[in-house]
Amino acid sequence: MPDTHQEDKEALARRARRIRSHIVSATTAAGSGHPSSSLSLVELATVLYFGGHLRYDPARPDDPDRDRFILSKGHAAPGLYAVLAEAGYFPTEQLKDLRKLGSPLEGHPNMCRLPGVEASTGSLGQGLSIGIGHALALRLDGLDARVYVLVGDGESEEGQIWEAAMYAGNHGLDNLTLIIDRNGYQQTDAVDRIQPLDPLDEKLHAFGFATRVIDGHSLDEVDEAFSWARSVGGQPQAIIARTIKGKGVALLEAKQGGWHGKPIPPDEETRALEEIGAGA
Amino acid sequence: MSFGLSKIDFEIGPATREAFGEALAEAGSDERIVVVDGDVNNSTFTNAFMDRFPQRFFNTGIAESNMVGIASGLAAAGKIPVAASFSTFLMSNAFDQIRMSVAFPNLNVKLVGTHAGISIGEDGPSQMAIEDIALACALPGFTVVVPADGASTRAATFAMLEREGPTFLRCGRPKVPVIYRDEDPLQLGRANQLREGDDITIIASGIMVAMALDAAEALREEGVEARVLDMHTVKPIDVAAIETAANETRGIVVAEEHLAYGGLGATVAMVTAERRATRMAFVNVGDTYATSGKPDELLVQYGLTPQAIADAARRVLKD
Repeated sequence: MPDTHQEDKEALARRARRIRSHIVSATTAAGSGHPSSSLSLVELATVLYFGGHLRYDPARPDDPDRDRFILSKGHAAPGLYAVLAEAGYFPTEQLKDLRKLGSPLEGHPNMCRLPGVEASTGSLGQGLSIGIGHALALRLDGLDARVYVLVGDGESEEGQIWEAAMYAGNHGLDNLTLIIDRNGYQQTDAVDRIQPLDPLDEKLHAFGFATRVIDGHSLDEVDEAFSWARSVGGQPQAIIARTIKGKGVALLEAKQGGWHGKPIPPDEETRALEEIGAGA
Repeated sequence: MSFGLSKIDFEIGPATREAFGEALAEAGSDERIVVVDGDVNNSTFTNAFMDRFPQRFFNTGIAESNMVGIASGLAAAGKIPVAASFSTFLMSNAFDQIRMSVAFPNLNVKLVGTHAGISIGEDGPSQMAIEDIALACALPGFTVVVPADGASTRAATFAMLEREGPTFLRCGRPKVPVIYRDEDPLQLGRANQLREGDDITIIASGIMVAMALDAAEALREEGVEARVLDMHTVKPIDVAAIETAANETRGIVVAEEHLAYGGLGATVAMVTAERRATRMAFVNVGDTYATSGKPDELLVQYGLTPQAIADAARRVLKD
C-alpha cells in the first residue's frame, strides 16, 4: 500500500534547496531546458511529495492505490525529474543525463520511459483531462486515491483546460486537485499582457471548483492548502499558487519575462547554486 | 441506397456503426470496458452500452479534446476506454490529443469514428471524414480498421477490444450490403480474400468492398477474373497478401471512400513499390471536398461506384 512521506519543515526546506540545485545543474549540463519554469513549482511539488500529502511507493509505481501527480506543463520536466529522483524513483546521478540521447529523462516527460511519470506531456493543455480520466477510474474502482494536476498559468489559455474544468466541476470530482503555478509569465511576456486570466479564482469557482489562492513558495501555505483540498467534498479543488518564475536564482528572477526555456550559463552556475544554498 | 450495385443482389444489413454499437454493448460485461461519448451516442449507437452499463458510460459533452484526454487517463488507470464520435470530429478536432495523450504514450484507447466518408449524404462536407484514415495511419503504433459490413464490424469490434494497443475503427452511416455471415472469422492485419482471380486484384475497404465484388462480376462477363481482397485493416497492412497479388495477377486496383492521399491506396502502393512493382489504379474521392446530396448521388458524382472500379481494372489490363 503506497503511503505518504512526512518530513518536518526544516527537512522540507532542505529538500526544496536540493531540488532547486538539481534543476539548475541538470539544465546547465544539458545546455537547454526550462529551469525558470521548473523553479517556480519547487515548494508545491516538495510539499506534495515530502510533506505528508501524496501517497506513493517508488518500488511500485503502478500500484492502483497510488495518488497521481500529473505535470501538465511538461516543459517543467527538470523540476519533476528532480522531485522523482529525490523521492527514490531513480538515482539522482541520472539527472545529469537530462536531454541526452538514450536517457529516459527526455526534454518533456515520457511516461513510457520513466517510472513515476504519470502522463506524457509537452503539448500544453492536456493534463487536466488526463487527470479526470484517472479520477473517474478511481471512482469506478472504489479507490480513495487522489489526483493532482499541475497546470501553468500561461497554459490555461488552452481551450482544453476549460473543457476539462467544466467537466470536473459539473461531475463533482472531489478526488481531483488542480494546482495552478501562477508564475505570471509565458514564453514571450507576462500573462497579464498577453491574455490576462484574472479573476482566475472566480472563473474556476464559476466552473464548480472550490478555490484557494496561496503563496506558492510558502511551505506552510502550500501544506495547509493540500490539507484543505483533501477536506473538500463534492467538488474539485483549485489551488492557485502565486509563484515567481526562476525563484531562488537572482539572475532568473531579475529577468522573469526574458528567460523562458534557457539554461543558466556554465559560468553563472556556481553563483546560482550558492544562492540556492543546497549544501546548507 | 443502391451503392451503384447491379450485378449481385446483396441483402442490405445494418450500418457498420450500428453493428459496432451492438457488439460493444455485448462486450460490455467485461468491466474494464468504459465508453466516452461526445454527445452523439444515439448516432454512434454507443447508447446500447449506455443503457446496459450507465455507470461505465461518460457523456463528456461536445468537447472532443477533453473526451480523448479523459480516455487517455482511463486507459492509464487500467480501463479499456472506447471513445466514439463522428469520425471527423474525433480525428480532426482532437488530433493533437490523440497524438500526445494516446499514440505517444501508446495507451490502450479505442477510437471509433462513425459517419465516415461521403456516404453520409445530405449533411455535407463539414460532417464527412475523408482524411481520417490518413490521420490515423500517421500515428505510430496505431491499428487502423475499416470494416465492410455488419458482421465484419462486429468481429472487428471484438478483436479491437481484445487486442492491446491504440486502435482506430472507422464506421459509416448508411445501412450496407451483407458480405459476411456472423460466424466468419476476421483477423486484424490479415486481408480476407473474397473472390479468386488471376487476372487482376481489387483491394477495397469499407463500403467499396461490396462494389469491388459487383465490379468483379461485371469483369467476369468480359472474361476477366478479378481477385477481391477485403483489406479491412489498413494498418498494419497485410503485406503478404499484397505481394502475392502483385506476383499472381497483372495489376492492382485499390478502392476506398477516402481522399487519395495517405489512405489504403497509398499504403498498398508503398508495399508494391518496395516488394513487387505492378501496374496500379486508384478509386477514391481524389483531392477535393464533396458537397451535400443523396448518398448514392454523391457516390456517382465522386466516382465511387462498381463501374468506376471495373473501368480502373480495364485501364490497368490495357497497359
